[in-house]
Amino acid sequence: MEYFLTEQQKLIKSIARRIAEERILPVRAELDEKEQFPWEIIKDIANADLFRIFIPEQYEGMGEGSFALCIAVEELSRACAGVALTYAADALGAFPLLLYASEEQKQQYLPAIASGARLTAFGLTESGAGSDAGAIKTTAKRDGDGYILNGTKQFITNGGEAEIYTVIALTDPTKGARGASAFIVEKGTPGFTFGKKEKKMGIRCSATRELVFHNCRIPRENLLSREGMGFIVTMKTLDSSRPGVGALAIGLAQGALEAAVAYARQRVQFGHPVSSIQAVQHMLANMAMELEAARALVYATAKTIDSGAKDFTEEGAMAKVFATDMAMKVTTDAVQVFGGAGYMRDYPVEKMMRDAKINQIYEGTNQVLRNVIALELLRRKGLRD
Amino acid sequence: MNIIVCIKQVPGTTEIKIDPKTNTLVREGVKSIVNPFDTYALEEGVRLKERYGGKVTVITMGPPQAEEALRETISLGADEAILLSDRAFAGSDTWATSYVLSKAITKIANYDIVICGRQTLDGDTGQVGPELSEMLKIPFVSYVSKIEEIKDKYIRVQRMIEEGHEIIETTLPAVITVVKEINVPRLPSLRGSMKAKTAKIPVWTAADIGAEADKAGIPGSPTRVVRIFFPKREHKSEMLQGTLEEQVAKLVEQMEKII
Amino acid sequence: MTIQIDVEKCTGCGSCVPVCPFGVMELVNDRARVKEGCNLCGACVDACTFDAIKIEKAEQKVSEGYKGVWVFAEQRDGKLKSVAYELVSEGRKLANKLGTELGAVCLGHNIKDVEQLVCYGADKIYLADDPALADHNEDFYTELLLDLIRKHRPEILIAGATSMGRSFVPRVAALLYTGLTADCTGLDIDPETKLLLQTRPTFGGNVMATIMCQAKRPQMSTVRPHVFKKGTHHKERKGQIIKVDFKKEAVTARTKLVKFIEDLTEKVKLDEAEIIVSGGRGLGKPENFQILKELAEVLGAAVGSSRPPVDEGWIPYSHQVGQTGKTVCPKLYIACGISGSVQHIAGMGTSECIIAINEDPNAPIFQVATYGVVGDMFKVIPMLTEKLKRSRGLI
Repeated sequence: MEYFLTEQQKLIKSIARRIAEERILPVRAELDEKEQFPWEIIKDIANADLFRIFIPEQYEGMGEGSFALCIAVEELSRACAGVALTYAADALGAFPLLLYASEEQKQQYLPAIASGARLTAFGLTESGAGSDAGAIKTTAKRDGDGYILNGTKQFITNGGEAEIYTVIALTDPTKGARGASAFIVEKGTPGFTFGKKEKKMGIRCSATRELVFHNCRIPRENLLSREGMGFIVTMKTLDSSRPGVGALAIGLAQGALEAAVAYARQRVQFGHPVSSIQAVQHMLANMAMELEAARALVYATAKTIDSGAKDFTEEGAMAKVFATDMAMKVTTDAVQVFGGAGYMRDYPVEKMMRDAKINQIYEGTNQVLRNVIALELLRRKGLRD
Repeated sequence: MNIIVCIKQVPGTTEIKIDPKTNTLVREGVKSIVNPFDTYALEEGVRLKERYGGKVTVITMGPPQAEEALRETISLGADEAILLSDRAFAGSDTWATSYVLSKAITKIANYDIVICGRQTLDGDTGQVGPELSEMLKIPFVSYVSKIEEIKDKYIRVQRMIEEGHEIIETTLPAVITVVKEINVPRLPSLRGSMKAKTAKIPVWTAADIGAEADKAGIPGSPTRVVRIFFPKREHKSEMLQGTLEEQVAKLVEQMEKII
Repeated sequence: MTIQIDVEKCTGCGSCVPVCPFGVMELVNDRARVKEGCNLCGACVDACTFDAIKIEKAEQKVSEGYKGVWVFAEQRDGKLKSVAYELVSEGRKLANKLGTELGAVCLGHNIKDVEQLVCYGADKIYLADDPALADHNEDFYTELLLDLIRKHRPEILIAGATSMGRSFVPRVAALLYTGLTADCTGLDIDPETKLLLQTRPTFGGNVMATIMCQAKRPQMSTVRPHVFKKGTHHKERKGQIIKVDFKKEAVTARTKLVKFIEDLTEKVKLDEAEIIVSGGRGLGKPENFQILKELAEVLGAAVGSSRPPVDEGWIPYSHQVGQTGKTVCPKLYIACGISGSVQHIAGMGTSECIIAINEDPNAPIFQVATYGVVGDMFKVIPMLTEKLKRSRGLI
């Protein structure tokens, strides 16, 4: 399928693919087994300039857009979704800065993010505020020329490993969702510590931790945009990052499909390779079709964003829901094609199936996002240009 | 530091396949790559630049398409690349190749170190490094597995030999050949790849480097290939018979032929 | 130096195109044409049945007055290496064909049993024994060998393709402006020209090349250890040991050995090994890997394993060969007590030569083995190890 990549996008794809095949593939099982953060690979990704993709040129980035980011995420995910997530979550943590930071803030933080020297994380979720993000309780109380943060964030990707955190906290608890603001908090700030590292079903090399704020003082300069803008920052950030999640799902499914095809071609039962059995062929065909449809949807969404569209909430939600549901199905089917061997940890597909699940949950559960899609759909009365 | 790295563009597989039916060579699908051992040499050169400051210049002697290999080195951190290409160089054996490289390096001048890979995939001789050092009249250390330190025109390295490691010190400039154990070569970077696309790569001919016609190419090569033949290959499967002693003797006989 | 195609004789059959190892032959308008990069190897001349290709080699001025076959007899820490004896044995054959003397060059300090080289066929031994040479300094070795060659003018010099040989012998060749051929697997004397025919594998061993150094002298070759066999030892054979003076002050050593660290760890990596000795469930217990390790040491091989021993913890996972382990493609794979499951064969089935040893004649491994031995591996392997040690003169 021709997706019309530019020369630079083709380079991004080939470099990300080489990292995936030469650096990630040989160690992915071990990283998963040991739940080890992939620092060495992050260094390789940084040296290859892939963190520069989503940063504008004036801050030492390459000024590429959503599509280029999706390509990179997809290629890395094809080898390991956990590593790809670590990279994609860095973009997630950077988006609030890219969209809402002041010039001074951008100069201060973006170059280090572009070089991969400092990783980022996005801190929204709390134990009482998942889908109901409005129910957050972390506060940021104005105190002199700064703010004091109190509260605990939960399930934060890159938590503990990242150095730059964009955190959503209530500056005015009386105003509900409108009382939230976005802040930049750096690792090492007194009063900012981390909770335990979560033990997960999948994406085990990705670090997921609580962020604990106890009388954590940050300077006024660390407020992003204005007080009260917290949820707008959140909504726009998540809108921008959804195609990336879609890309992660596509890469993951691609890797699973390739493994399933390779296995089916050489596994002989009843005197024939199982790939010659029609039931298996139909499974593979369905997997391939759904994967390609998801890819086309994610790419189209990314290109829509790159074209400068102001509103892409519905498209982003569709791409994320469709691709992640597809990846769950494709990875599950891949295990099925492998048969008994697929269930064994010595073979790569059971990890892919475990990795797939979270994508249907984070960045907006697929149920909430279906609400979002429906509301947009109804608003436009189902009509299209 | 001014660092010179010598590379060679070689066929991308260690084997040219033989079509068993016709006993002739199959050349499709064999693309050209930078000699893998040379990527370690380049990586070490770039690391020296990062550690001590300076510049990495990559040179190669080859046909016009070797330019591709040079572009790749720029995407991997080389600052400049020069292609030595001339009909007069074709068919050079290791002596003539070393001669041409030495003339080019002499023209570049002001260099501190010359780094080569330990051998090529296709020629496999490992002779160019040492021969080059004698032509440049500078010291030579082979099989370098680690550069420990460079200070005041002295270099101290670890050298890997069959029996273990030697720690060797020598003066700069020098020629060193490196082994795979020395580093893990980086992958091309995005900015490096963009730079490589537009980099200007000069081509130096025999006249540019002052290479004498009777010392380069076929006329300059003391060795000649006089015959090429394809060894007969047969695949067979044989269950050995006889007493265990007899079978072991047969095994040893066959093994000695292979190894 | 030219290659010419007679377009009258050429029928455009194209037989010359695929045999060219350098891919420079093409058909244009139904006639053969040579592109840039021809090495004048002559493969096309052999392939053409119409005699349409001619290669003319300009005659080079031959260096005069060189006689004798020399071997660089390498030693380490005073002990002559096996390759020294192997090359003296082979050199003796070459010297006999030429009707000339065989010399051996020994450089080092306190080298023991130098006279053994005579027993294997050397007529003269040029021995430079000096404490300054104890460090195997290649600057000194290069000067010494260069000096000796310039003084005595041998027509042929062969050396072991060891780290030392591959490092300093090319330097000597460069200074002499003579030809050096690396890693020869065959050496012979051309009966007509009396020149050295040096045969070596290229392109991964799929193509063999015969090389000559027609005009320059000496004709030099390096040969890998164990390519040639040690010949017969004649203890009554007589020869001359000629002491060579080494004047350290006359040579500047620019390199200095600071320290030598002996290497006691596993040397051969599984992925790159040319020979692998591999064990399976049939080993029975971890200690039995020792039997395979002894065989591996003699062969310079890596030790591999199928999955069961790794699962049992008898050997680390890094040695596992198979679908969930490493995929290898060595020249020789010796499978001991391995049944040959599909998963294991997926990791080694493309090895050039597979030897399988198993008690069970129906073990699937025998279907992919080049040579199969049905027997008790605890008898066969030690027998194999001993026989190999004998043939290498290690016992």
